[in-house]
Amino acid sequence: MISKPEKTNIFFKRISDEMYKIGIGSLPIVAITALFIGAVTTVQTAYQLVSGLISKSVIGTIVSDSTMLELGPTITCLVLSGKVGAHIASEIGNMRISEQIDALDVMGINAPAYLALPKIIAGIIMIPLLNFIAIALSIYGGYMAGELSGILTHQEFVSGARETFKGFTLVFSTIKAFTFAFIITSVSSYQGFYTSGGALGVGESSTRAVVFSSVLVLFFDYLLAEILL
Amino acid sequence: MIELKDVNKSFEGRQVLHGINAVFYSGKNNLIIGASGGGKSVMMKCMVGLERPDTGMIEFDGRDLLALEDQALRDVRREIGMLFQGTALFDSLTVEQNVAFPLEMFSKMNASERRDRVNFCLKRVNLENVNNKYPSEISGGMKKRVGIARAIALDIKYLFCDEPNSGLDPITSRLIDELINEITHEYGITNVINSHDMKTVFDIGDHIIFLYKGQKWWEGNREDLKHAQTQIKELDQFIKASYFE
Repeated sequence: MISKPEKTNIFFKRISDEMYKIGIGSLPIVAITALFIGAVTTVQTAYQLVSGLISKSVIGTIVSDSTMLELGPTITCLVLSGKVGAHIASEIGNMRISEQIDALDVMGINAPAYLALPKIIAGIIMIPLLNFIAIALSIYGGYMAGELSGILTHQEFVSGARETFKGFTLVFSTIKAFTFAFIITSVSSYQGFYTSGGALGVGESSTRAVVFSSVLVLFFDYLLAEILL
Repeated sequence: MIELKDVNKSFEGRQVLHGINAVFYSGKNNLIIGASGGGKSVMMKCMVGLERPDTGMIEFDGRDLLALEDQALRDVRREIGMLFQGTALFDSLTVEQNVAFPLEMFSKMNASERRDRVNFCLKRVNLENVNNKYPSEISGGMKKRVGIARAIALDIKYLFCDEPNSGLDPITSRLIDELINEITHEYGITNVINSHDMKTVFDIGDHIIFLYKGQKWWEGNREDLKHAQTQIKELDQFIKASYFE
């Protein structure tokens, strides 16, 4: 049970530390994933567009819309389930088996509030920001792939991307990122807290954290699409 | 003083503690001895609040731990220090940060006062020039000392030591025993030690409780122990077996 943190200044310091770890620490993998997903989407969409009657600017539309709706939040969060989720579960799990959580309990510190809450708050702040970065880089990756391989021109890509843009798409993407961030951080923290059985147990709880959070991300991906679109 | 009254605890139908009545005195090293699986650790976990007994009372100077409201329980816990078997130092923090941790959480000291207190505690456990090292960079004996320093950083009334000598060489074990003994008498702390190291028992055991199969089998001081050994078969077996470990 999470309760009010003991000291506000320490709590905020822990949130900022976690924001750095989750946000800056995940930036390289998110950037690489996003760039390549955008590039691949452009190339594969061009491959499927065999009819000369369809404007090439459609590629820009498909890349930007699919990135904002699905590839940005979902793929980013699936990657983060592995990177952030496993890290959180193994960190807390290791603290559990080495009695560090018991030490917090004996001191009268609410361990979930001290350990899990800053990670959850940091996650729901940083993961939506990472989602925006992923969207931007994915679209840029798609644009670069189109330009460099001569699939479509700069103007075609940009006009396609702008043509069907709706503000709600970005709002929907952000709602998904918030939801997935909460799932990843809370599920992983829970798995970490209930680790038992030594080093093997830490491995098992990390695996469970990644599997459960990935499945829940996919489930809520569908659920949110059904409800909000 | 800590008093246990008719404490029972079971796990999944298997009773681990059977109606334990015991008193742990202030300013004394109160040792709980007994074979592994005899209920020592469970008893200590019940006393520090990591496990909740099924029935019974645990009183810290008259305050029933099991009946206290959340805030009052937290207040009691802040009077408790614990040295864990595996030290339980926070591995992401340096030695200095580990010792400063309870001060940061519960005291109103400023950074400079905290640093002074940390240095005092580290000096008290004979550790110097390790402030910026991480737990993974120091030896097992040093980790135990940092654990003691962290435990005494706040003005505690109760100290719990779970197997303080486990994993240590005999010389370091004696140093840790001496340190715990000094701190207990110096600060008048109610010290409860789980141990099956008979050297510790005979060196510093002011008050000894022998647990056997979850029951209090014998209680006395170290002078009585030799005599009791000849009278009680289970205690005799435990002591002889301890020397061959």
